[in-house]
Amino acid sequence: MTWPRLWRDPEPKPAYDAVIVGGGGHGLATAYYLAKEHGITNVAVLEKGWLGGGNTARNTTVIRSNYLWDESAAIYEFSLKLWEGLSRDLNFNVMLSQRGVLNLAHNLHDRREAIRRVHANRLNGIDAEWLDPTAVRAFCPILNIDAGARYPVLGATLQRRGGVARHDAVAWGYARAADARGVDLIQNCAVTGLRRNGGRIAGVETSRGFIKAGKVGIVAAGHNSVLAAMAGIRLPIESHPLQALVSEPIKPVLDCVVMSNAVHVYVSQSDKGELVMGAGIDGFNSYAQRGSFPVIEAQMGAVIALFPIFSRLRMMRSWGGIVDVCPDASPIIGKLPVDGLYLNGGWGTGGFKATPGSGFVFAHTIANDAPHPLAAPFSLERFTTGALIDEHGAAAVAH
Amino acid sequence: MLLIACPWCGPRDETEFRCGGEAHIARPKDPDALDDAAWADYLFMRRNPKGRHRERWVHAAGCRRWFNVERDTVSHVITAVYPMGKPPPGEGG
Ligand SMILES: Cc1cc2nc3c(=O)[nH]c(=O)nc-3n(C[C@H](O)[C@H](O)[C@H](O)COP(=O)(O)OP(=O)(O)OC[C@H]3O[C@@H](n4cnc5c(N)ncnc54)[C@H](O)[C@@H]3O)c2cc1C
Ligand SMILES: [Zn+2]
Repeated sequence: MTWPRLWRDPEPKPAYDAVIVGGGGHGLATAYYLAKEHGITNVAVLEKGWLGGGNTARNTTVIRSNYLWDESAAIYEFSLKLWEGLSRDLNFNVMLSQRGVLNLAHNLHDRREAIRRVHANRLNGIDAEWLDPTAVRAFCPILNIDAGARYPVLGATLQRRGGVARHDAVAWGYARAADARGVDLIQNCAVTGLRRNGGRIAGVETSRGFIKAGKVGIVAAGHNSVLAAMAGIRLPIESHPLQALVSEPIKPVLDCVVMSNAVHVYVSQSDKGELVMGAGIDGFNSYAQRGSFPVIEAQMGAVIALFPIFSRLRMMRSWGGIVDVCPDASPIIGKLPVDGLYLNGGWGTGGFKATPGSGFVFAHTIANDAPHPLAAPFSLERFTTGALIDEHGAAAVAH
Repeated sequence: MLLIACPWCGPRDETEFRCGGEAHIARPKDPDALDDAAWADYLFMRRNPKGRHRERWVHAAGCRRWFNVERDTVSHVITAVYPMGKPPPGEGG
C-alpha cells in the first residue's frame, strides 16, 4: 500500500504575508496557529532541509512544566495543557504519554532546591509532589536507592502529568494541519539573507530566490544567531552540541522518566523498548551535530550507578543536535529591532516540551506585532533591563 | 574528542580542559560611562559564528593556564593556539 502525502509540495510564491524561517516543531506550530487563531493563511514555512529534521527529530521528548519562576511556569504549563488536547486538535496521534517525570535529589542542596520548586509549582497550580526515598522506590523499583549507592537518593520531585510524546508525529501533525489551512511548507529552501527596506523587513533571500514578506519570524533553533546576524543583530545565544543515545530494545522495565541534575543524566523507555538517554551539552560552541565521546562516557557511568540493572545493555545509536543556549536558560520570544522581524529561539536543551505553547504565543506576537502576555517576559530586552529568568536549576540537565 | 595543544604541556585530551567561550571581549575601561545597551552587549551578546571561532580555553586538569584557540565550529579543526592578550593570527595590533 502506498501512503498518501500528508501535505502538498508547493513551489514558493513571490510574496507572502508572513514567512517562517525553520520547519521544526516550533516553526510548524507557529504557522498552524497563525492560520487557525489569527486567520493569516498566506504564510510560508521555509526549511533548508526536511520538515522536523533538526532538533525535533533528535530530541529525547521529555515533557513537563515544573519550572521554578512564575514566567516559566506560566508558559510551560500553558504548553502542557495544549499537549493534553493536541492529538484531538490536530487529528493526529502525537502519542502523549503522561507517565510521570522524577527529578532525583542526591544531596542536601538538591533536596532543598527540589522541595522549594515543588512549593513554587503548587503555588502556580502545577501538579508537583515530593517523594521520600521509600516512595521513590515504590514509583520506580529498579532505581538504586541503597544507602551505600554511589549517588544516594534523598528523594525526588514527581510531576505525574509529565512524560514523553512522539517527536516526529508532532512535526507531521502540525505540518499536515497547517497545510490543510493553506500554509505553504517549502523544504530544501535555505534562507541566505534578510532583505530590509529602511528599518523594515522586506523579504528573505533564499536558495530558491527572493521571497517578499510582510513579516518574518525566525525559528531556526541552533542557527538563530546565524539568521539574526543577516540583519546585523547580535543575540545572547551560543550554539552547542547536545547528544543522546538509545540502547538495544528490551522488555518494559521503566515506566516513567527519571532525571538527575546532579549526575547529569536522564532516561526513559520508548515504546519500541529502547532506553532513551541524554545528558548535558558539550562545553564548546559547535554547529556540527555531533559531540565528544567523554560526555557519553560520563552519562553512562551515571546511569549505571543509578540503574545497575542496565549494566549489560548495549548501546545502538548516538547522535547530536545543535541547541541555542541563552545565559539564563530561558527562551527569547518577541520582536527584533527591525520592524516586522521576530525571533522565537534560545530554547536550548528543553524546547520540545514547549512546542505547542511556543507556536501559539509566537503566532500571536507576529499577528499583533506585540508580544502575547505569556511571551512578554521573554523579550530580547530583558538582557538590557536585567530582568533575567534564571532557570538553570529547573533546566540544568538537558531535557 | 578534541586534541588540544596546550602551549605549555603539549597535546592533551579535551577532558583535561575547560572552554571559556568567546575570546577578545575586552572589559570596558570605564563601566560607569556605559549605558544599559552597551553593558548588555559586553555582558551577554556573542558572535556565535558558524565557522572560524576564537575562544579561550584553560588547562584545568594540567598547568591551569589560559590561552586562546582558533577553531572551526563546523569541522572542529583547530587552526591556531596563541597566548592570551595577543591578537588572533593574521591580525595586527
Ligand atoms: C539530543 C537532544 C535532546 C533533547 N531533549 C529534549 C527533551 O527531552 N525535552 C525537551 O523539551 N527538549 C529537548 N531538546 C530540545 C528541543 O529539541 C529543542 O529546544 C526544540 O526542538 C527546538 O525547536 P524546533 O523544534 O523548532 O527546532 P528544530 O527542529 O531544530 O527546527 C529548526 C529548523 O530550522 C532550520 N533552519 C536552520 N537554518 C535555516 C535557514 N537558514 N533556512 C531555513 N531553515 C533553517 C533547521 O534545518 C531546522 O529544521 C533536545 C535537543 C537535543 C538536540
Ligand atoms: Zn597545560
